[in-house]
Amino acid sequence: MIVDRLTGKAVFITGSTGFLGTALVEKLLRTIPGCQLYLLIRPGRTTNAENRVQKELLKNDCFDLLREQFKDRFDEEISARIHPVSGDVVSDGLNLHPSDRKLLSECDIIIHSAASVSFDSPLDQAIEVNLCGPRRVAEAVIDARNEFGITKPVHLIAISTAYVAGRRRGLSPELPLSDTPFSIELDWRSEVKAARSLRADIELKSRDPKTLEIFRKKAANELGAAGVPLLVVKQEKLRIQWIHDEMVRAGIARATSVGWPDAYAYTKALGEKALLEKQDQIPLTIVRPSIIESAMLEPRPGWIRGFRMAEPIIISYARGLLKEFPGVPEGVIDVIPVDMVAAAIVAVAAKGPRSSSPEIFQVASGSRNPLKYATLVNHVRTWFQEHPLYDSDGQPIMIPDWSFPGRGRVQAQLEKTSKFLQALEQATGMLPIRGEQASFIVDIEKKRQAVDNALGYVELYGTYAETDAIFQVDNLLSLYQSLDEQEKSHFAFDPALIHWETFIREIHLPSVVQHARVKTTPSKRPANSRVDRNLNLILSKERHLAVFDLENTIISSNVVDTYAWLASRRLPRFKKALFAMDLALQGPSLLALDRKDRGDFLRAFYRKYEGARPQRLEKDSQEFFNAYLLKKSFPAAIERVRRHRSLGHKTLLITGALDFVLEPLKPLFDDIICAELEIGDNGLYKGRSLAVPPTGEARASILASYAAENSLKLSESVAYADSTSDLPMLEAVGYPVCVNPEPKLATIARKRGWHIEQWDKAKGLPPIYLPIGRSM
Amino acid sequence: MSPRPGFILDVDKSTPPVLFWHGEGFRMEKLPTGSRVVYPPEALPPLKDPLGAIVNALENPVGESDPLSSLLFADMRLTIAFDDLSLPLPSMESPDIRQLVIEQILDLAASKGVDDVVLVAALALHRRMTESELRHILGDRIYDSFAKMGRLTQHDAEDPSNMIHLGLTDKGEDVEINKRAATSDLLIYVNVNLVSMDGGHKSVATGLASYKSLRHHHNVKTMVHSKSFMDRDKSQLHSSNWRMGRLIKEAGVKIFQIETTLNTNTFPESFSFLQKREWEWNLRDRASFVGASTALQKSPPWLSRKVLHTIRSPYQLTGITAGEVEAVHDITIQNVYKQQLVEVHGQTDILTMGLPYIGPYNVNSIMNPILVYCLGLGYFFNMYRGMPLVRKGGVLILSHPTRREFDPTFHPSYIDFYDNVLADTTDPLEIESKYENSFATDPWYIHLYRTGHAYHGVHPFYMWYWGAHALDHLGGVIILGGDPKTVHRLGFMSASTMPDALEMAQSVVGPDPSLTHLHSPPLLMADVK
Repeated sequence: MIVDRLTGKAVFITGSTGFLGTALVEKLLRTIPGCQLYLLIRPGRTTNAENRVQKELLKNDCFDLLREQFKDRFDEEISARIHPVSGDVVSDGLNLHPSDRKLLSECDIIIHSAASVSFDSPLDQAIEVNLCGPRRVAEAVIDARNEFGITKPVHLIAISTAYVAGRRRGLSPELPLSDTPFSIELDWRSEVKAARSLRADIELKSRDPKTLEIFRKKAANELGAAGVPLLVVKQEKLRIQWIHDEMVRAGIARATSVGWPDAYAYTKALGEKALLEKQDQIPLTIVRPSIIESAMLEPRPGWIRGFRMAEPIIISYARGLLKEFPGVPEGVIDVIPVDMVAAAIVAVAAKGPRSSSPEIFQVASGSRNPLKYATLVNHVRTWFQEHPLYDSDGQPIMIPDWSFPGRGRVQAQLEKTSKFLQALEQATGMLPIRGEQASFIVDIEKKRQAVDNALGYVELYGTYAETDAIFQVDNLLSLYQSLDEQEKSHFAFDPALIHWETFIREIHLPSVVQHARVKTTPSKRPANSRVDRNLNLILSKERHLAVFDLENTIISSNVVDTYAWLASRRLPRFKKALFAMDLALQGPSLLALDRKDRGDFLRAFYRKYEGARPQRLEKDSQEFFNAYLLKKSFPAAIERVRRHRSLGHKTLLITGALDFVLEPLKPLFDDIICAELEIGDNGLYKGRSLAVPPTGEARASILASYAAENSLKLSESVAYADSTSDLPMLEAVGYPVCVNPEPKLATIARKRGWHIEQWDKAKGLPPIYLPIGRSM
Repeated sequence: MSPRPGFILDVDKSTPPVLFWHGEGFRMEKLPTGSRVVYPPEALPPLKDPLGAIVNALENPVGESDPLSSLLFADMRLTIAFDDLSLPLPSMESPDIRQLVIEQILDLAASKGVDDVVLVAALALHRRMTESELRHILGDRIYDSFAKMGRLTQHDAEDPSNMIHLGLTDKGEDVEINKRAATSDLLIYVNVNLVSMDGGHKSVATGLASYKSLRHHHNVKTMVHSKSFMDRDKSQLHSSNWRMGRLIKEAGVKIFQIETTLNTNTFPESFSFLQKREWEWNLRDRASFVGASTALQKSPPWLSRKVLHTIRSPYQLTGITAGEVEAVHDITIQNVYKQQLVEVHGQTDILTMGLPYIGPYNVNSIMNPILVYCLGLGYFFNMYRGMPLVRKGGVLILSHPTRREFDPTFHPSYIDFYDNVLADTTDPLEIESKYENSFATDPWYIHLYRTGHAYHGVHPFYMWYWGAHALDHLGGVIILGGDPKTVHRLGFMSASTMPDALEMAQSVVGPDPSLTHLHSPPLLMADVK
C-alpha cells in the first residue's frame, strides 16, 4: 500500500541535510523506488546546492547500505532520483528560482523538516526558522500552485516536536495546541515583530561605551600584549559573541515566561499555530517526534548524525566531568530512534491528508513503552563500568555514582565550582610562569570549560529529564495497525518494538562512544595522534620559511641578563655584588615597564650601552655566549632550527636583542633581523637603536616584507614564539608553534589547535641564579 | 717500605663489601663467594728531585738526539706543543708537570736568544680550553706572557690556513698537521703519559692533526682490530700513528719529544680511602667514606659534580725522558707498566667495574651517557695486555647512574648524536657509514669547535668507535644503577641491584659464572695470561 501510493510521486523535502532529513531521504530512496525527491538546499557561501548534496548528504554513512546495493550504479541511480533545489526557509517565497517554483507547484508531497534544533539558538534565528519557516513553505506552495494553475492534490507534512506541549504535566494528546485545555493565547505575529526589533536594541547596546570597555578589558586579559590590531579584532569578535549570547538569553527568558522550556519548543509551538492558519488553503499533517536518537535498525543499528542532545551529557558523565544530572528516577525520558520517525513520516505521506481538519501524529515512546530515567541511568552506568573511557595517561576513568539530585542543587554546585576555577585561573594567570607550569593553568581552564559545559547542559536539558508530560500516540498506532504485515516489518514505527536494554547497551552507547572519538583503549597515545600529524606538517619539505623568536623560545634569557652579564663582566668582585643588588632592586619596575610596552622597555636597555666600546662588547659577547647563553639554551630548539635548514627551509631569527650579542649565533640561521646600536663619531655606542625595535606587530610586518622579498609564502611557513606579544607573528604564518607558552598563549594555542613544544634547558648543569659575568 | 704490587683477592664469606665508583658517588657491593677482585699496585715512589730530573732529561736525551740546549739557536722558530687537559685525570695539583717542563724549556730558550716561540695546545678535535684551564696547566707566568701576545694558541684542525699536508703513508693515509708546528725549526712536545695508549708518535700525529688525517685510524675497522689500544704492539690505532710519525720525520719535521709518567697517587688526603683496600680502612677512612658518600648522595648531581671536579690530584713524577720519539716512548711505556700492570691468570665470564665521575672528555663538565659508554667499553675494557679480562661472549657490568644529562657548551653534537643517531641504531659500522660525514662537516659544529669550547662534531662518533672492540667481544653489557631509558638507548640493559645484574648476566653466560672485579681507582692494567 505504502509503496504503491507513493510510486510516481514527487516529494519536496526541506532540511534534508539534518539528522532526521538524512534518514528520511535514505528511507524514501531505499523503500519507494518509484518516487522523485526535490531537496531544498541553502547554498553555502562557496558551495552550491548540488555540491552540498554531494558533500553533506550523500557522503554520509547513512547511504552505505544503498551504496552496497547499487555498487557502481550508485551515482547514476541517485542522481536520477534526487534533484537539489536552491533556496532557504528564512526568506519569503523560499528564494526560489522561477523554474524551481514550477517544480514546487508540481510536487505531490511537501515534507518540511528544516528547523533550528539547537536549544540555545538566538531568539530571532529560532523565530525565523521554526516559527515563520513552516508558514513560508505553505505560502510558497500555495502561491506556486496558483501561479502555474496547478490543482492536483497536494499534501504538506510539517515536522514539529512533541515538546510543543511545554511544561505541562499529564497526558498530551495528538491535537492542535489550541484544542488542548492548557493552551495560552499568544499572537505569533507580535512575537515575531518583538524578536526582530530586539536584535536591533541589543546591537545598539553592544556599542555603548561601557559595554565596549568590558570587551576591551576582556580582550586584553585574554591576549595580553598582542598589539593593537589583534586586540581590536578580538574586541569585535567579543562584541558579536555578546550579541549572540544576549539573543540566546532573551530566547530562553521569553520561552519560559510563556510556559515553554526553551526557545526551540516555544518557536515550534507558535510555528504550528502560524501554519494551521493556512489549513484551508492547503491540506496539512503535523508529525511531532520526541527526542530523536540513534537508529534502531535502519540503515544500520546505531546510525547517528551529529552530536545531539543526550550524547554530550553521556560522554561528560563517562569522562567523570559531569558528576550528577538532575532528574527524577521514576520520570520518563522520551526517546525515539530516528528510523522509527522516518518510517512514520513515510507512512503519513502514503496515507495522505485527512479531509476534515489537519491530523497530528506524535512519534514518541513515553505512553506506549516508557523508559524510566532510573533505567536509563542504570544502563549507562553499568555499560561504562564494563567499557570505561581512558584518560590521556591510559588510566580508566572511574564513573561517579548517580544520586538523582534536584536540578537546583546540581546547578548551585556547578556554579560554585565554575566560579572557584575561574578565580583560580585568573589568580594563577598573573604569575610569571610558563612552559610545563603554564600547562597547569591550561588544565584549570579546560576543567572550568568542562564544568561550564556541564552547567549549560543542566540549564538547557534539565527540564527534559524532569518532564512529566506523557505524549499520546493513538493516531500513530492506528496508522501502524492499518499496515499489512509485510509493511509493518519495513515500516516498523510502533514504539513498543523498542527493547530498551538492547537499544541502550548494544546500539546507542557504542555508537555515541564511537562518534565522540574518546579513548576506549588504555594506550597512552593513539598512534599518529594530532601532535604527530602537526609535527609532520611542520617538518614537511613543503614548508618555505621557519621564523624564530629568541628569548624563551631558543634561549631562556632576555635583554636584562644580557646587559647584566656584559656590564658586570669586567667589574672587580665586590662591585659585582653591588651591581647584582642594584639590579635586583630595579627588577619590579623593569618588569612593569616590560608589561606595559616592550618597545619602551628595550629602548631603556639600549640606553644603558651608551659609551660602550664595540670591540670589547663583541669579545665579551663571545664569552657570554659560551658561558651563559649556550648553557641557558634549549638544545631541542637549536636542533629544530638545524632540522628546518636541512629540510631546505629558510631560517630566520627576529628579535629585539642586539646584534653583537647575536654574533655567535649567526651561523645557525640563514638570516637574523635584530636591533643595532648607533655608533657615534668617537667610535663608541650611542645608546640608541638604528631602527624601531622588532617587537609585537612590527615583527609581523617585518616578517611579511622579508617573505615577500624572498618570494616565500607565509601560509607555507612556520613560526616559533612563546608569548602573546608574538601573536601577530604567529597568526601571520600557516604553521604557528608555541614554545613553552605563557598561560594566555597556551590557552589560545589549545583552542586553535596550534602545535605546542615544551623545550627545556639541558639537564645536569648547575642553576644560574644571577646573570653576573665571569670568565670561564 | 717499598710499595706493594697489584693483588688478586679471592672473595670469601668474610670479605667486606667492595667499593665501586658510581658516577658522582659510590656503591658498596657484596660480591659472590669465589669472585676475584683485582687491586692495583700501590703508588710508586716519586723522583726525589723533579726539577733536577727535568734538567737532566733535557740535557741527556735518548735515541738519536742532541741535548736540547744544542738544538736551540737565536732566530729559530720554536714551537712547543703540549697535551691538553684530558690528561691527567683528575687534573693535578699546581704546579702541573707541563708547567715545570715548559718553564725549563723557556728558560733554556731565553738563554739561547730564541725569540720566536709559540705554544700550541695539542687539541686534535677536543674542545678549546678556557683561560682558567690554560692557566692551570701552564701557570700564570707563562700564560700572561704568551696569551696577550698571541703566542699561546690552541690547535684549530678546521683552520685550513694553519694546516699542512705532508703526504701519504705507504698505506695511503693522509698526514695533515699543524702548519706552525710542522714548519718550525724545532717542535718540542711535552706530554703526560697517564696510560699506555698515550704518547709516542700519537702525540704529534694525532694531537696536531686534522679530521682528514684522523679518520684513517679513528674508525670502526681500526678500533675493532686494536686489541687493545692500550697495548701498542697489538693496536692498529698505533701502527697507523707510527706510520704517520715516521712520515712526519721523513718530511723533515724535527721533533724533540718529552714524556713524563706519574705515579697513581690520585686522590688527596680527604679521599684517601679510595687508594686503599677495603679491609685495610682505618677509622678515619671509614669516617671519611661515610661522610663523603652521604654528602654526595644527598646533594643534587650538579653539586656533587662541582665538588668532585675541584679535586686536584697529588700526582708525583715517576719518570721523565726526552729525545727521539720512539726511543723515549719505549722507556715511558715501561714506566707506565711498572706502575699499572697486575698479572691475572685466566679470563672471566663476568667483569664488573665502577665508573667514576670523570673521564678524558668531561673535565669540568658532565659525564654524559655517550662518555659513560666510552669510558666503560672504550677505556676500562681495554685496560688489558694479552687478552681481555672477560672472555669472548662474556658480560660486562658497569656501575654508573647514566643520566640523560649533557653539557650544551662542551658537547653540543653529543646531544644530537644521542637524540637522532642512537635512536636509529647503535651499530658502530652503520653509524659510521650513515652519519659520520654529516656530523664531521656540519658548519654549526665546526663554528662551535672553532670559536666556542665545543668538541668537534665528529667526536661522539669516535667515542662510539672506541667501544667497537668491546661491543664485538662481549655477549652483553649491564649498567648497574643506570637510568633505564638512557641505558636502553645505548643498547644495554639496566639493573637496579647487583643480584639483579648477576641474574641477568647469567642468562647470557650460563649458570655458576666466574666473576672478576677491576678495582679502580687508582688506574690499573690487567696483564692477562
